[in-house]
Amino acid sequence: MITIHYFLILSVLMLFIGIYGFLTRRNTLAILISIELMLNAADLNFAAFNRLLFPEGQEGYFFSLFSIAISAAETAIAIAVMINIYRNIKNNFVEHLDKMKW
Amino acid sequence: MNFLSLFVLIPLMMLFALWLAKGQKQIRAVMVVGSSALLALSILLTLKFLADRAGGNSAEMLYQASFTWFEPLHIRYSVGVDGISVAMLLLSGVIVFTGTFVSWDMCKEYFLWFTLLSMGVFGFFISVDMFMMFMFYEIALIPMYLLIGVWGTGPKEYAAMKLTLMLMGASAFLMMGIFGIYYGAGGQTMNILDIAHHTGGAHVIEFSKQCIWFPITFIGFGVLGALFPFHTWSPDGHSSAPTAVSMLHAGVLMKLGGYGCFRIAIFLLPEAANELSWIFLILAGTGVVYGALSACVQTDLKYLNAYSSVSHCGMVLFAILMLTTTASTGAVLQMLSHGLMTALFFAAIGMIYHRAHTRDIRQLNGLMTVIPFLSVAFAIAGLANLGLPGLSGFVAEMTIFVGSFQNADTFHRVLTIAATTSIVVAAVYILRMVGKILYGKCTDPVQLKMHDARWEERLAIIVLIACIAGIGLTPTWLSHMIEGSVAPMMNHIGHVASQCNPFL
Amino acid sequence: MDYSYTVLILLLPFLSFLFLGLVGKWLSHRTSGLIGTLTLGVVAILSYYTAFQYFTADRVDGVFQTLVPINFTWLPFYNEGLHFDLGIMLDPISVMMLIVISTVSLMVHIYSFGYMHGEKGFQRYYSFLSLFTMSMLGLVVATNIFQMYMFWELVGVCSYLLIGFYYTQKPAIAASKKAFIVTRFADLGFLIGILIYGYYTKSFSFDFANTAVYLNGAQPTVGPDFAKAIAGAGFILPTALFLMFIGGAGKSAMFPLHIWLPDAMEGPTPVSALIHAATMVVAGVFQVARMFPLWIQYAPNTLHYVAWIGAFTAFYAAAVACAQSDIKRVLAFSTISQIAFMMVALGVCLPEGDFTNNHESLGYMASMYHLFTHAMFKATLFMCAGCIIHMVHSNEMQYMGGMHKYMPITHITFLIACLAISGIPPFSGFFSKDEILVAAFQYSATMGWIMTGIAAMTAFYMFRVYYGIFWGTENVEYHREHQPHECPATMTVPLIILTLITCTIGWILPGTFGSYVSATGEAYHISLDWSVAGTSVGIALISIGLATWIYSGARQPIAEKLKATFPHLHKWAYHRFYIDEVYQFVTHRIIFAHISRPIAWFDRNVIDGFFDFLAWGTNATSQGIRALQSGRVQQYAFVFLLGVIALILMLIF
Repeated sequence: MITIHYFLILSVLMLFIGIYGFLTRRNTLAILISIELMLNAADLNFAAFNRLLFPEGQEGYFFSLFSIAISAAETAIAIAVMINIYRNIKNNFVEHLDKMKW
Repeated sequence: MNFLSLFVLIPLMMLFALWLAKGQKQIRAVMVVGSSALLALSILLTLKFLADRAGGNSAEMLYQASFTWFEPLHIRYSVGVDGISVAMLLLSGVIVFTGTFVSWDMCKEYFLWFTLLSMGVFGFFISVDMFMMFMFYEIALIPMYLLIGVWGTGPKEYAAMKLTLMLMGASAFLMMGIFGIYYGAGGQTMNILDIAHHTGGAHVIEFSKQCIWFPITFIGFGVLGALFPFHTWSPDGHSSAPTAVSMLHAGVLMKLGGYGCFRIAIFLLPEAANELSWIFLILAGTGVVYGALSACVQTDLKYLNAYSSVSHCGMVLFAILMLTTTASTGAVLQMLSHGLMTALFFAAIGMIYHRAHTRDIRQLNGLMTVIPFLSVAFAIAGLANLGLPGLSGFVAEMTIFVGSFQNADTFHRVLTIAATTSIVVAAVYILRMVGKILYGKCTDPVQLKMHDARWEERLAIIVLIACIAGIGLTPTWLSHMIEGSVAPMMNHIGHVASQCNPFL
Repeated sequence: MDYSYTVLILLLPFLSFLFLGLVGKWLSHRTSGLIGTLTLGVVAILSYYTAFQYFTADRVDGVFQTLVPINFTWLPFYNEGLHFDLGIMLDPISVMMLIVISTVSLMVHIYSFGYMHGEKGFQRYYSFLSLFTMSMLGLVVATNIFQMYMFWELVGVCSYLLIGFYYTQKPAIAASKKAFIVTRFADLGFLIGILIYGYYTKSFSFDFANTAVYLNGAQPTVGPDFAKAIAGAGFILPTALFLMFIGGAGKSAMFPLHIWLPDAMEGPTPVSALIHAATMVVAGVFQVARMFPLWIQYAPNTLHYVAWIGAFTAFYAAAVACAQSDIKRVLAFSTISQIAFMMVALGVCLPEGDFTNNHESLGYMASMYHLFTHAMFKATLFMCAGCIIHMVHSNEMQYMGGMHKYMPITHITFLIACLAISGIPPFSGFFSKDEILVAAFQYSATMGWIMTGIAAMTAFYMFRVYYGIFWGTENVEYHREHQPHECPATMTVPLIILTLITCTIGWILPGTFGSYVSATGEAYHISLDWSVAGTSVGIALISIGLATWIYSGARQPIAEKLKATFPHLHKWAYHRFYIDEVYQFVTHRIIFAHISRPIAWFDRNVIDGFFDFLAWGTNATSQGIRALQSGRVQQYAFVFLLGVIALILMLIF
């Protein structure tokens, strides 16, 4: 039997992998991937808890679908920004993004 | 609509017209028309004021008007003038008018800021609402930063920053002081007259509170009035500022300090003023002698005049703090006189600097033979500065000295005698400067080719000299006008000189 | 009895000043000179007319009334009794001064036509002369002490401007500065004295006894209230008077404030004649004379100081004058010495005696008399010196000698003036100096003999100069080069007029001067005290003989020998006993170097440093905490995470 615990452990692992990646990676693309991981962990939780708490309801699934759509839009923008950054400074490492700093 | 508001409206219209103006000719036209209108207005106001006073109108403030502006804090746009503000408005009118001619070749943006600055100054002197005064004070302050920072000379960024920061620091004190007075008097009105006479919902400010707010307010205005030891913005600021800005700053803006000290700090907090004035008297008295002695060894003309301004403005605060009618009348006369003569001085210095490209006393020589008109103007400014009878300085200084000496206790008298020594030191530094730069033989090839003043410079200088000599020769009406307003204030303060002497 | 025209005496020179000062640039030399001179001529006529009208009017109780034709409040001080008035006050001494000033000034105006001929700034010169005359006249007719102070400052400035007339030359600049600053320093005493006096007596008015008659249109003032001052403290009035005397000592070049006067000789010579010999420098004497009723009544003991300061100054100046080689310097020191005589005369008025007794206060009359005669003959001396300098182009005696051949008129007038200053009858100086000596002997025998000795020194140094210029060793080569000859009539006529006054005034006035001017106002009949007069004339003649013996010959072995015997004395006297150097040391080494410079340093470094430190401190703090705002999102996220964990832990526990 696959209990809720397995889903939760998986999502916690995804979340912390995402956090770790977000905090440590220097490449903006990797940071974006980490954010996506964290979002997916949240989506997984939505689906799992919906199934567990309100099996007859659909709200959790809808929410994760929303979240996926929004993260897709966000990714599109983020990648556009990153491409622009790459064009300007020929790489996309965060520590090189200090043009605006005093 | 009250005609006093024209003092603010005319600069506003000038700003608008300047914005539309194209080309140097139009800019000049706008400035000349506007500043002449301001001068004419201030002269008319003076005449009308004198006529009304002669006609028996003895209200404390004339031509009052008031509109609600911000109800929750009881801030109202209130205007009104008495003899002191009329004198100050006249001074501002003259300085703005002459300043326009002195900065003849400047660009549009400069004049925009210049006009904004004059708007603040005029607004300050017509206000009777503390918050309006504060607001106009800030309006006058900010343009100074840009005027010095952009169009200045020498280490202009440093000077502009220093000046602005110190004056901003002062306005923080001022803000505290104003709200302290506002809430201390019951938080019902910002109007100075209401607070002073406990009308319009204001009540007596408790003595303990007065003792807190008096030093804060006095320092807040005192910084602008070059109170020792908060005067150091003045030498740097003046020496870096463009000519007309120096004129306006030393001539009018520094008077905001003295005026504010008198009108707000002393008038609204009389008991504390009596009690604590001795501290500031010592500071102001120190400033008088200190500024003069310091001026003796300066080598930069503008520094020299700035230190002499510290000395003379110190005299203003000194006289105000003496809390006698005569001394305070003298203080207002001194504000007027110092404003005019320092403007003349800075104008002459600026014009010489513009031609010789140096302000170092040691490098200038024999200018009298090269540029006689400017040199004579310079010499007259110097003589006015050291208090030559027949020019305005003498009148003001004598009124101050006689008035200060009327205090019955030794402390005030000893300080007065100490302050009189400054007139000897003034003679030393003025004659040293005049002797070094005007007299002698000019040998520098660049300086020998200098041309004398142009017509617009001559106009500015002649107007200033005429005003200085006018006050110096016929001081009676002016003195009466000022005294008419100072005396009620002094009665109100209920001068108890012996109370404020710590050494009795 | 209408004196309202007297306002023209002040107004005309002022208008002349304004006119010449403003439009002089476009006028020719001749026109501007004529305008100045004609104005002064009118002023002189008005002054004479005033004097005539005043002194021929009837006395009231044996005293000439003090008249105030004009008086109005110029600057109110809003305190009981205190206001700054301007006006005209006529009393015997002010009317006498009107005559002195307008006469000498008119002579100087005429003389300057020749002397300043072709100088650059001729118009400026005449406009300043007019301003000076106006100020000096305003000073003497002042109705109150503040008016006196105001014109006092104005004459100081005129003196500054005129000494510095040749403003391209360094010594003139330095001298003008020195003159102004030294007198200004002394005026500080005057000002403080006025403040104290005004505060305690509640009036600045000169109408001490409330006896002045205010004519139509003049605003009456209340005289000072001395009872209150004395009730305040006994030393108040003496202190105030002495402080005022310091101001007078500065203007009248009393030791140690005399240092500016010799240097002031850098100005054009007619200016020296007018300002630094005849009129402005006696302002101090005039001031003491003006306040004399107070001195004698309330501060008799302080009057001793005036006498002794005067006596010392007279001696010092006479000693220095014996060693100077610049003829104008000699005359300057002789001026100091003679003014000191006048001070002594005022100081020796017997304080123990009854104030109302004319004979006890003889010195007052003597002082004014000497002021009058001295103005005439000293102006003559200076103008003669001017003539000589004009021809020789130098002030140094070594370029002169033997001038009597070339300039006979100058020679004779100079000789007469010398005799007058030496106190030889029948010239005017004899009469006035004799009165001073009598007064000094009345005071004490010591003072009498000291003053007689100084009078002898006067005769000696004056004849030393006389022989040095007109006889003695002639600088033949120099003279061949410069061809000296007699000056034009514009210069000699004033000399002759003044000399005539010197010759005759003693005879005309001996009995009468005292009847016009005296301490109490009552007529005082001068009678020569023949024992004193005989002694002083005898000693003066001996001195002249001595000077003749030493200096008249073409070679001067005795002078050389004296110089060699007392080298230090001569050197010290020549350097004026190094008083100037002491001043130089005090101002430059002490005040500038040890007060002003440290203050300037303190201002730049300590006070300014403090505010710069505030700015720097704010900046440094910001720099320190800006690391927190790194701009790295990951860092922020990490802190955010830590915060979340901390919050969770807090919620759990």
